[in-house]
Amino acid sequence: MIPGRFDYHRPASIAEAVALLASLGDEARPLAGGHSLIPLMKTRLATPEHLVDLGAIASLKGIQVDGDDIVIAAMTTQAELIGSALLAERIPLLKETALVIADPQIRYKGTLGGNVANGDPGNDMPAVMQCLDAAYEVVDEAGPRRIPARAFYFGAYDTALQAGGIVTAVRIKVPPHGHGYAYEKLKRKIGDYATAAAAVVLTVADGRCATASIGLTNVSETPLWAEEAARILVGSTLDTATLDRAVAAAESITNPASDMRGPAEYRTKMAGVMLRRAIERAKSRATA
Amino acid sequence: MAKTLIELTINGEQAEALVESRTLLIHFLREQMNLTGAHIGCDTGHCGACTVEIDGMSVKSCMTFAVQAAGAQITTIEGIAGADGTLSAVQEGFRMMHGLQCGYCTPGMILRAHRLLLENPAPTESEIRYGIAGNLCRCTGYVNIVKAIQYAAAKINGTPFQEAAE
Repeated sequence: MIPGRFDYHRPASIAEAVALLASLGDEARPLAGGHSLIPLMKTRLATPEHLVDLGAIASLKGIQVDGDDIVIAAMTTQAELIGSALLAERIPLLKETALVIADPQIRYKGTLGGNVANGDPGNDMPAVMQCLDAAYEVVDEAGPRRIPARAFYFGAYDTALQAGGIVTAVRIKVPPHGHGYAYEKLKRKIGDYATAAAAVVLTVADGRCATASIGLTNVSETPLWAEEAARILVGSTLDTATLDRAVAAAESITNPASDMRGPAEYRTKMAGVMLRRAIERAKSRATA
Repeated sequence: MAKTLIELTINGEQAEALVESRTLLIHFLREQMNLTGAHIGCDTGHCGACTVEIDGMSVKSCMTFAVQAAGAQITTIEGIAGADGTLSAVQEGFRMMHGLQCGYCTPGMILRAHRLLLENPAPTESEIRYGIAGNLCRCTGYVNIVKAIQYAAAKINGTPFQEAAE
């Protein structure tokens, strides 16, 4: 399978990339790790006339501490997330998630920025970023902006990112020391998207859940921030009856497609099962 | 749509070539460089038969453009054995443990195992299986491939290799 013809551009700076995308217009696409775009080009479902490769822009690489936040540049790969001692210590949810994305070869190429910016509801990081209340640093013709992950996704492949814009970094407020976390993903095989998956971050104080946040993957047109389900957890001892109510609240906001991963009813129930496991594991990891 | 001149290093040798932007790295290696060891299997990024090494990463060369590899160091299966033809530890492991049947997946398996052992010289069986999860084999059931990589790890580490009981 051979992609259609295109012109290849390799800018050295963010400004140059944004200027190129603006001047080339609708027929240009930014290229990050390529594992979403290149398959579409090979099947000619995408036929951009220009590719703007972000791979040579040094400022799109790296993981930095900025005050209470960690800022991860957009071209940081899944393998680099897994290998980061800083992230393993401060936001271990990211490593746990990256380890269940695709396969080793794809994790060397696939980027955090591409994963969150593409708008594919099957991608894992968007729900994780909603769970963590991350914000995306975006640059487009209007200049730099910061968009909360919880306000970024409108529909499948439909996001707050303007045409010609790129996500340059993901900014995450570091969760409190001792927080519990988990990403539970049901998939049919290595490399598959989630049948359903759930991200949980919570804190426990004096035996009770003090804060909680929940994100759900691939059970709607967008990632879901399960605000009501998390609210139910707060103040409880994370007992079975409370989990039952939180799971029911989370299941009620899902709207999965019936597809080769199963009928919608099944995928909704699996979202509930993944959430229950994620809460229990997060609870077991939280230190009061 | 002019062709682009790229310079890169393949198996330790400098190369330069004119490539069309849309030329995938696997086609460039096989058709322009005559390095036909890396195979085209699924052509969809799943099977790993096209795996090569780019700047210390195992990469599916059917999912990257040759122009993206400008300036890169690439290793293919042709560059794995010693200059005198001595098999690498991984190659020897695949030979000794019968880690292949039809051989189609083998170049990708060996490139991936090569990098896996550089990053983790003493992997457990489950780490090996997780580490080669992006490479599909339709013949062996993976049992002998895992043994081959265990053999290679033992050889590299100078530790005794004991074949696991069936």
